[in-house]
Amino acid sequence: MTPLLGVLVSESLLFYPLALLAVGGALSMLLARNPIYAAMSLVLAFFGLAGLYVLLSAELIAALQIIVYAGAIMVLCMFVIMLLNLGEADLEVPKITLGSAVGGATALIFWCFSWLLFEGLPDALPTALPEGFGQVAAVGKLLYTQFILPFEATSVLLLAAIVGAVVVAKAKI
Amino acid sequence: MATVPLAHYLALASALFAVGFAAVLIRRSAIVVFMGVELMLNAANLTFLSFSRAHGVLEGHVVAFFVIAVAAAEAAIGLAIMIAVFRNRKTINVDEVDALKY
Repeated sequence: MTPLLGVLVSESLLFYPLALLAVGGALSMLLARNPIYAAMSLVLAFFGLAGLYVLLSAELIAALQIIVYAGAIMVLCMFVIMLLNLGEADLEVPKITLGSAVGGATALIFWCFSWLLFEGLPDALPTALPEGFGQVAAVGKLLYTQFILPFEATSVLLLAAIVGAVVVAKAKI
Repeated sequence: MATVPLAHYLALASALFAVGFAAVLIRRSAIVVFMGVELMLNAANLTFLSFSRAHGVLEGHVVAFFVIAVAAAEAAIGLAIMIAVFRNRKTINVDEVDALKY
C-alpha cells in the first residue's frame, strides 16, 4: 500500500508499467544504432527506475536519480556525443558476430540463473515502515553520523574526479 | 490490495543488469559501453533499495547514495578519457583502440 497523490494506489498497478518502461528503455538503449537515441532511451529507463524508487519509499534516492543521473550524467554524455560529432560512417553496423552472440547468450544465461537466488524470499514486503523512511531527514542523519567517514571520502573522490577530468580531457595544460 | 513480491523487484534488477552487461559485451561504441555500465550500477541500486525496503532499514539508501556519487565521478573521468582517446585515434570504437596489444 503506497499513499500517493492523496489516494491509496495499488503497488502492482504502478510497478509493472514502470518496470516495462525501465526494461523497454534499457533494451532500446542496447539496440539503438545512434548514440543520441541510446542516451535518450537510457534517460527514459532512468525515469522508470526513479518511479520504482518512489514505490520502494526511497524518495531522496529517487530525487537524486532524476537530478544526478537523468540530469547531470546524461547531459554530460550528450555533450560528449555532440563534441565528438560522429558522422554516419562512424555508426555501428548491426551485424551478428561470434562475439556478440556469445555476449548476448552470456547476459541471458546470467538473467536465467539469477532466478535461482530468489527461492525462499518473503512473498510480500512489510507494510509498516519506520516514520520518515527513505526521506531526507532519516537518510541524512545516518549519513552524517554512522557513515560520516565514507561521506567525507566521497567529497575527496569527487574533487579528484573533477581535477582528473580536466587534466585528461584538456589538450595542453 | 496487491503488493509486489520482493522477487519481482530482484528479477527486474537482474534483467536491467543483464541488458547493461550485454551492452558492454556487444556494443563497440565506447559511449554505449559506458551507458551499459551506468545501467548496471542502477540495477545494483535497485537491489539495494529493494532489500532496504524488505528489511525496513536505511543502510541500503546510504549505499545507493554512494553508488550515485561514484557513478558521477566515473562519468566525468570516463567521458574525459573518451575525449582524449578520440583526439589521438580519431575513433572511439573499442575494437580499434588496441595499441596495448602490440
